[in-house]
Amino acid sequence: MARIKLFVPLIIFLVLAALLYLGLGHDPRELPSVLVDRPLPAFALPALGDDKALDQTLFRGGPHLLNVWGTWCGACRDEHPFLVELAAGGIPIIGLDYKDDPAAARRWLADMGNPYQEVIADGEGRLGLDLGVYGAPETYVVDATGVIRYRHVGILNAQIWRERIEPVYRKWLAP
Amino acid sequence: MAIAGWASAPGALADVEIEDLGSAVANARYATLIDELRCPQCQNQNLAASNAPIAGDLRAQVRRLLREGKSDTEIIDFLVGRYGDFVLYRPRWQPATYLLWLGPGGLLIAAGLTVVLVVRRQRRAPPKAVLDGAARATLTRLLDENGEHRMDDRR
Repeated sequence: MARIKLFVPLIIFLVLAALLYLGLGHDPRELPSVLVDRPLPAFALPALGDDKALDQTLFRGGPHLLNVWGTWCGACRDEHPFLVELAAGGIPIIGLDYKDDPAAARRWLADMGNPYQEVIADGEGRLGLDLGVYGAPETYVVDATGVIRYRHVGILNAQIWRERIEPVYRKWLAP
Repeated sequence: MAIAGWASAPGALADVEIEDLGSAVANARYATLIDELRCPQCQNQNLAASNAPIAGDLRAQVRRLLREGKSDTEIIDFLVGRYGDFVLYRPRWQPATYLLWLGPGGLLIAAGLTVVLVVRRQRRAPPKAVLDGAARATLTRLLDENGEHRMDDRR
């Protein structure tokens, strides 16, 4: 019994060390999303460039990516070519032009290619607020029933797509 | 800006919009709310201290909800429903935070109990007879000799 007691401090130390070590690998900027596994918030917003009204039924018919971007967002420029590539590969992407100038956004798409099936123009950031967007770019996987299944904050690149997002997308693609 | 970031005391405000919310009570509630709510982007600042655009948006939401007559709880629920528990500088009382709330007090009590137990056990233990008769005699002799020496020194 006394022998075992000798090891108590060592055990406490090891447990603490393990916890702190795990904490090192944890990115404090990545907030857990409250909205994962919840339906996309309802919205009624115009499409970028015309007055067509868009709402959450846009996401019916299969899983989609929802990409939050803006011309004011430098990282979105870095991300854009990969989105164009994804769209060329047949991945349906809906854009959310967040708190942006519509004219600048249209120029951006004309210059760099348009990977989006539709672009929701969220000039005032209402949908962004409902989604809890705190930075751009952000990318969500929304399933065929309009439920959010994944959220990625930051640039979407080939590695993140392959490792984190594609598996979720494929999972919800299956009937 | 940087200095405002280190201090989270009320009063360390960013370019907070000066806007009268109609009553001193509402203005005071606004000040308390933006002091206790955390900016999701600039992670170690509250809404009151942050100049980030998102903090400005959230302050505007708080003002809107206050003007709509929402209670503090409703306003906090609104933000937590979108940004998660992360926006709270004062964590809620819920299963995930029991350890957080009770941990420090629990550790203190455990440490106090340990100290009390150890001290009691030591007091209760009978003093051990360390020396046998012969050793005791030697010790007495040595002490006596020392005593004489001391007397000698003094002389």
